[in-house]
Amino acid sequence: MLVAAVSTVVFFGVLAALVTQTPGWDRFRDYFFDWSLYRESLPEVARAFLINVRIFLIAEAIILVTALFVAVLRSLPGPVFFPVRALAIAYADFFRGVPTILVILMLGVGMPALGVEGIPTSQVFWAIVSLVLVYTAYVSEVYRAGIESVHPSQDAAARSLGLTRAQSLRFVVLPQAVRRVIPPLLNDFIGLQKDTALVSVLGVVEVLNQSQIIEAATFKGTPYLVAATLFVLLTIPLARFTDWLIARDRRRRQVEAVAL
Amino acid sequence: MRTGFIGVALATLALALALAATATGAPSVASQTGSCAKENLRLVQPGKLTLATDNPAFPPWWGGGETRPPWKVSNPYSGQGYESAVAYAVARELGFRKGEVEWRHVPFAQSFRPGKKNFDWYMAQVSYTPERDRQVDFSNAYYYVNQALVARKGTPIARARSIAALRPYRLGAQLGTTSYEYIVDHIRPSSRPLAFRTNDLAIQALKNGQIDGIVVDLPTAFYVTAVQVEDGVIVGQFPNRGGTRERFGMVFEQGNPLRRCVNRALNRLWANGTIKALQNRWLARVGGAPVLR
Repeated sequence: MLVAAVSTVVFFGVLAALVTQTPGWDRFRDYFFDWSLYRESLPEVARAFLINVRIFLIAEAIILVTALFVAVLRSLPGPVFFPVRALAIAYADFFRGVPTILVILMLGVGMPALGVEGIPTSQVFWAIVSLVLVYTAYVSEVYRAGIESVHPSQDAAARSLGLTRAQSLRFVVLPQAVRRVIPPLLNDFIGLQKDTALVSVLGVVEVLNQSQIIEAATFKGTPYLVAATLFVLLTIPLARFTDWLIARDRRRRQVEAVAL
Repeated sequence: MRTGFIGVALATLALALALAATATGAPSVASQTGSCAKENLRLVQPGKLTLATDNPAFPPWWGGGETRPPWKVSNPYSGQGYESAVAYAVARELGFRKGEVEWRHVPFAQSFRPGKKNFDWYMAQVSYTPERDRQVDFSNAYYYVNQALVARKGTPIARARSIAALRPYRLGAQLGTTSYEYIVDHIRPSSRPLAFRTNDLAIQALKNGQIDGIVVDLPTAFYVTAVQVEDGVIVGQFPNRGGTRERFGMVFEQGNPLRRCVNRALNRLWANGTIKALQNRWLARVGGAPVLR
C-alpha cells in the first residue's frame, strides 16, 4: 500500500517535472491550457458536438441492423449461397480496407457531383452513408465471430427439436452470439463516435471543424481540449453502461441455471 | 521579458539606422549594415532565406506555372504572382540574391502551431488579427484586402445587392479563414455556413450545388471566376468591419528579430512605389466589384 503510494507519487512527480522542464513548455501550456478560452469556446464547441452525436446515433442504429444482416448472409451454409457469401466477403474486405476518410470524401463530394435529380446533396447525409458502409463491414465481422462461437451442437439440437434453420438462428444461435460480442460491439461504437470527426472533411462545422475554426481565429489549441473532453464525457458513461449490461446478463443466466 | 528588452533594443537600433539611412539618402546601404545586415540575421538556415507557403499556391498570389515539383499550380521560386514577387523584393532589400531563397511547403494550420518553426517567414494570404498576433508575429501589411462573394451565374443569390439579402442562402468558406469569420460575424446566414479544408473543396461544393456561394478574398475571387468555376460570378465585395482594414502580413515565430528588418524593407517598398507597381502588375485584373452593404 505504502509502496504503491510512494511509487505513484514518484512516478507522476518525475513525469510532471520532465514535461514542465521541456524548453517549449511555456509555449505548450499557453497554446493548450487557456482556461478563459476554454470556458469561452465550450458552448460553441458543444453545439457543434451535437452534430456528431446526431450522426453517430443515426448511423449506429442502422449499422446494428445492417451488420447483423451481412453477418447472417456470410454464415449461410451450402454451395447455393456461395455468390451471397462471396459478395458479403468482398464487401467487408473492401470497406475495411479503404480508409474511412476516403470513403467519406469520395461519396460526399462524388455523389452530389453526379448531378442526378433526387440524389441528396446534403453533406451530413453522405457522411452517415459512408460511416454506415464502413462500420457495417467492421461490425458484421464482430457478429460473425459471435455466431461462429456458438457451438454447432446448439444448432443441431434446435433443428432436431423441429425448429427451422431460420428459427434456430433467431431463437438459439443469435441470442447467445450477440450476448458474447457486446464488449467488442461497444468498442466499434466508440470508434464510430470518434470517426464522426472525419465528417469535417466535407465542410460540416462539427466538433473538429469548430475547434479548428477557433484555433485559426485565436492561434490556440485549447478548443481541441474542449472537444476531447466532450468525447470522453460521452464514451465513459457508455462503457459503464455496457459493464452493467454484461453484469445483468450474467446474473440472469445464473438465475436461469439455478431454476433449471 | 528578455525578448521584450531585446525587442526594444532592436527597435531603437532599427530607428537609429533608419534615421541614418534617410540622412545619407542611401536606403539600400542601410539594409546591409547593423542588426539587419545579412550576416547578422538569425536564420533557419545560415546564409539563405527559408520561406514557406501552402501547396498548391494559387494565382494571382503565386504564378509561374507548374514548373518545379513538388509545387502544384504555381512555382514560388518563379518570383511571379504577387506574394512571390513581394517575397523576392523583400529578400533583395535584405541583401539576398534570388538563388539564396528556399521555399518550403507548410499548410496554413502548421504555420502558427507551437514548436520551432522551420521557416524564416510564412506568407499565404494570412490576415492579421490581434488574437493571432498574440501567438505569432506579423509583419506590416503587404496587401489590404476585402472579402468577396462568388456564386454561379443565374442562381438567385447572384442577384443579391445587400448583405441582408444573403441571409437565406447556404454559404461556405475555407476553414479557419477570416472569410469564414466574415460569414459568421457579419452575414449571419440563417443556415449554418460550411467550413472547408481547402478552397478547392469549397469550390467543388459550389459546383455541386451543395452551397449557394463562397466567400474568398477579392483577388482570389477573380481567379476563381476566371479559371476555376466556369459559370462563376463575383456577386460583390464586402466592406471592412470594425474600423480597421483587413491586411495580409508575413507570419514569424514570436520574437523573431528578422521581422523588424522585414518591416523596414516593406516600409521602403511601400515608400518607393515598388508595392504599388507589383500590385499593378500581378493584381491588375482585380477590378472593382459592387460593394454589398
